[in-house]
Order: sequence, then C-alpha cells, then structure tokens
Amino acid sequence: MQTNLTFEGSQDYVAGADLMSAVNISMALQKPLLIKGEPGTGKTKLAESIAAALGKQLIIWSIKSTTKAQDGLYFYDVVQRLYDSQFGGNDVKDVEQYVKLGKLGEAFSAEEQVVLLIDEIDKADLEFPNDLLWELDKMEFYIPQTKQTVKAKTRPIIIITSNAEKELPDAFLRRCIFHYISFPDKDLMRKIIKVHYPVLEMDLLESAMNAFYALREQRGLQKKPSTSELIDWIRALQIGGISAEEICKTMPFAGVLLKKSEDMAELEKMKQTGRGPFAG
Amino acid sequence: MFLDFFYLLREKGLDVTPTDWLTLTEALDKGLAGNSFTGFYCLCRAVLVKSESLYDKFDQAFLEHFKGIAEMPEIPPEFYQWLANPRGSESMDGQKHQSPYRTAEQIEQMLRERIGEQTCQHNGGTYWVGTGGSSNFGNSGAGQEDGIRVGGQGHYHAAMRVAGERRFRDFSEDQVLGLRQYQMAFRRLRQFSGETNAAKTELDLDATIQATSDNAGKLKIEYKRPRQNTVKLLLLIDSGGSMDEYMAVVTALFQAVRKSNHFQDLKIYYFHNCIHDRLYTDPTCTPGKWVESESVLHQLDGNYKMIILGDAEMAPYELLNYRYYGQNRMCGLDWFQLFQKHYPHNVWLNPSTGGRSLWHDDYWSVGSHYDLSTYDILNDKFDMYLLTVANLEKALKKLLVSR
Repeated sequence: MQTNLTFEGSQDYVAGADLMSAVNISMALQKPLLIKGEPGTGKTKLAESIAAALGKQLIIWSIKSTTKAQDGLYFYDVVQRLYDSQFGGNDVKDVEQYVKLGKLGEAFSAEEQVVLLIDEIDKADLEFPNDLLWELDKMEFYIPQTKQTVKAKTRPIIIITSNAEKELPDAFLRRCIFHYISFPDKDLMRKIIKVHYPVLEMDLLESAMNAFYALREQRGLQKKPSTSELIDWIRALQIGGISAEEICKTMPFAGVLLKKSEDMAELEKMKQTGRGPFAG
Repeated sequence: MFLDFFYLLREKGLDVTPTDWLTLTEALDKGLAGNSFTGFYCLCRAVLVKSESLYDKFDQAFLEHFKGIAEMPEIPPEFYQWLANPRGSESMDGQKHQSPYRTAEQIEQMLRERIGEQTCQHNGGTYWVGTGGSSNFGNSGAGQEDGIRVGGQGHYHAAMRVAGERRFRDFSEDQVLGLRQYQMAFRRLRQFSGETNAAKTELDLDATIQATSDNAGKLKIEYKRPRQNTVKLLLLIDSGGSMDEYMAVVTALFQAVRKSNHFQDLKIYYFHNCIHDRLYTDPTCTPGKWVESESVLHQLDGNYKMIILGDAEMAPYELLNYRYYGQNRMCGLDWFQLFQKHYPHNVWLNPSTGGRSLWHDDYWSVGSHYDLSTYDILNDKFDMYLLTVANLEKALKKLLVSR
C-alpha cells in the first residue's frame, strides 16, 4: 500500500533538513531508520514527534542489556503453564493464553500502521541485531506453540536509535537507512529553545547560548553538555532570575550542565584563567 | 547511473554494495532526491553511508566526483530582474564606494568568473561574493552602486558547501578512545560456554520435562548453569617513565578492563620498561611488591590471553644487554619472547605513535652498538597495534582467534 506520508517536524520538535529528508526516505523505501547521535540530542523524541505528526500510534521497545530478540517477538510462559497443570485452575489446553506477544509482535498485529521505536539497540548483546534480521525483512514470525504465523498487515515505520557505543553488525546496517544527528548549530539551537520557551528574553538566550557553546569547545571536558542540559539550564536560570551579565561572570547552576566532578573542577580552572565561557 | 561515483566510493574505502546502489536507484526513481542538489547529497548519504565515522570520507568522495557540476555557476532567475534594476546601497556611515559604472553584461560576466574562483564562504571584504562586504556581489553589505545581490542562503551550492565544510572530520575512526569505547571493545573478548563451575540458576526446560515425566507427572524443576565467559586475561602494563604521558589512556584502558567483570579470570602485573625476572603487583613498581616472573608462567597456563600494554621505548641496553639483570642470564628480549611462547594468544597494544626513537637518536647516537630502536625490535617480534578505534577492534579479534 503506497502512502505519500511526509514528515516536516512537529510543533514541539525542531528537526534539521537532512534529518527530515532521512525520515522521508526511510518511509518511502520502507526500510528501518537508524539514528545515532550524542546522548541528549533528541533521538527518542524524534520517534514521538514522527508519531504525533503522522497521527499514528507509537510503540516503544526499550532495549536493556539483558534483552534477547525473542523477547520482542513473543514470550511463552512455560512455568505458569506447568504450575497450572499441577494445581488446576485455568484450562491448560488453551495454549494461546500463555503466549504473550512482545513489542515487535504487537507492531505486526496492529490493525493500522504504527510507529515502532527500538530504543538504544546497542545496549543489548552483540548478536541481538543479527537475531532480528529475518523478522525485519519478512515482517513475520512463526509461533510454534500456537502454530500461528504473525504477519504484519501494514509494514510499521521502524525507528532504531543507538548511542554509538558499539559497532552494529554489517548485515544489520545494510537493511537500514542511517542518519547521524549532529549537534545543532546556533541557529537550529535557537529554534529548538524557542519551541520549549516561547517567552524568553533575547539577552538571556544569547548569553546562555554563547556561554554554552564556548564551554563545549573547551577540551578537557569528559562529558560535553548536550541540548537537553542546555534546556534545563535555561529553565534554572529563568527560575533563579539570573541576568544575562551574571552568566558570563559566574556561570551559575553549572551543575545542571556538567555532571562529572572532574568537569566541575575544570570549570573552576577556566574561571581562574579566564578561558572558555569566561573569556570576554 | 553515476556508476563512476559508486566505484569512487568503494575506492575511498566506503564498501558500498550493489544492493545499496539498487536501493539508491529505486529512491531516485521515486523522486526522493527532492529535485535539488542538496537533497541528492542527503539521499546518497542516508542510503549509502552506515556510520558517522565514514561521513568524512563520503564528503571527500562527493566533492571530488561532483566538483565539475558545482563549478557551473547557475544564475537564479532573480538575477535577470536585478540586472535590469541594479540595486544601490549605502554603507552604515554614509560612504559610497566609487566605482566605474559597469554594464549589466559585464557584471554578469564578473559574477560567473568570481563564483568560479571563490572556494569558500566569505563575509566582509571587497572582492568575493559574500555578505557584509563591499564588493559588487553578495548581500547585507555596503556594496557598490551597481552591485548584484546574491541570495542569502546560496541554495544552489549548499550541497557543495555542506560537503566542503567537512564537519565530520573528527568522527573518522582514527580518533582518541574514551573509557566507554574501551569497555565496549573489551566486551568482544568473550567465549561463552556452559562448562564452567558456576551455580545452576537457569531453568532447563528439557531436563524439567524429562524429570517431571520420570516423576510420574509430579512437577520437578531442573536448573542448568548459565553460559559464562571463559576468557582468562593476563594484562602486563608498562609503567616506566616514558609511559607517563600516556597516563590518561592507560588509566582508561585499565578501568575498562576492570569494569568488564565478565572475565573468568583477570590478572594484572606491571613492569618497568621491560620484563625481567620479577613482575610488580603495583604500578609504582616498588621493590618488595613483586612476584617472580617464572611463578607467573607456572601458575597461569597457556589458555590465558595476554595483552602487553606499553610504548616499547626504553634504553637499548635494558632490552638487549645480558649483564643488566644477571640472575638467569636472560636479557629483556628473551623474557618477552619467553612470555610470547608461553601464551600463544597475545597482542601488544601501544598507546604511543610508535617509533619515536627518542632513546636511539638523542641519547645513543654516538658510539651506539645498536642500529635499531627498541620499538623496531619489539614491533618485529610482536603483533603490535597502535591504539586507535579500528586497531583495538582488530587486536581483540585477533586475540580470540586461535592460530
């Protein structure tokens, strides 16, 4: 079924032009979209925004380090069945009540097209992406217990996020459209902040942004502050009633931006020597 | 279509497959390039490149192949309106540059030439096309009376500008490793097996069914051992003086190995520049906190995988002189080779850039018996890998594979 869906960002998510183009390409070619990027650049939010913009249901499969590919398909509760057979209770002949569909199974068996987000796929085992290859290709899987094949009525829009911690296997990458969300430049960042804070003093915004980008450029930081931290910081500055001039002098509430004690120490050093956000 | 581009990408190391290429063709058929050069650039990148570490190579290949197209100055249709009414402008302080009045055709010709010459974005100044300056071309500047306003976004050349910015240069794989990346790399050192002595904690379904049937239908649950990593690792770290500048890297790698608590056994020893008959249990290499190297060889059998972490820089006499440590009549190099023979799975990781030959050139230049630096000698005897992302993966993979 050919649909001419296009994604152009939504009200509370500002996407760069190349990101929007990658989303549209993946939807048109019906391939999963693999998004990588620094933590805090809005990868998970992207899926929410796509679902909202297209008016589709969003199914989220959060991957943990213990997740196996089988968990996404279905889970056959053996122990429950054994206990029921021992102690009476439910009719154990009805296998279907012991077979629960996982997130991927849910996405396949949905009546209408859904958006499926596989979040942080690189947390799982090395073989996990390979285990999913067949199902991603054919959009179906077989449950031996109930002798049923779960087949996707409409191909879900699959978005996969990765924190770039591990290399994903080549065979998996071949089946995806890839996009790296690079850190937003100042113009895009301005738009992003305006979406979160429609009412904001220009001075405060500019001063905060300059300090933020100057801080990011400094080497010696173990964890650079990201977009979500900037947004939190601006909120803190607003609540604290900090003026634009004070920001460059003292960098108040730096703990919102920098989460490591070594980085806070580094910030102190910058204050002493007048580098980075304290320069000029 | 564009088959030359396909082969150029493969030449640059991008491993594009024919399937990817067919996908690209399919996408072009569907009109997904958006009828613009930038759209085409985004489409190619999304379909053909699978990792941000390859973005830079892709940009370079794209620039190289499509340079010819970008050089054709495409004049937007607005130009022809402006040529009919060249816009005058005043500078901020009211000054106007005096220039001989040129005809519209001359200006157009100048623009073509200028675009051909210009290789980067330019603001200010009086010659190039750009913003904020006072040349004949551009916008937002104190331009001349007869100038031409060029569109602010420059959409026709945006793709080349974007590719030319080389924003992803830092992501290529020869970058400095961080702690997390080490941890991820060390996760590769796994060989799972159920034949360990771990506690039986996993439900063994088949055995349970069998035991229940044998038990005349009364439920009897059987457990089995979970699969565990059977890799045993011996890590030998050089903490000699020359390693001080790599402290950060060594610390990160060390922490990563310690946190990868999935090894069946992990033993770490230190040596000062070179292995001799004692290995230290402490990075400061204090006398007294040591074990005999021989006893290490006896206790840890050949199933251990050995990683030597060092810069292979030391005074040549430490490595090669038989009289330096007189006990076993063995020189440093002999000890290294003894360890190498005992542990057939071994690699040498080198955090330095390799082959500085500090000792050789500066200290031992006159009257030196030794022609090769210690780095060269050890590089020859061992599988040495300089510490980059790509090399670390290779080294660890090699560690697992049996000879």
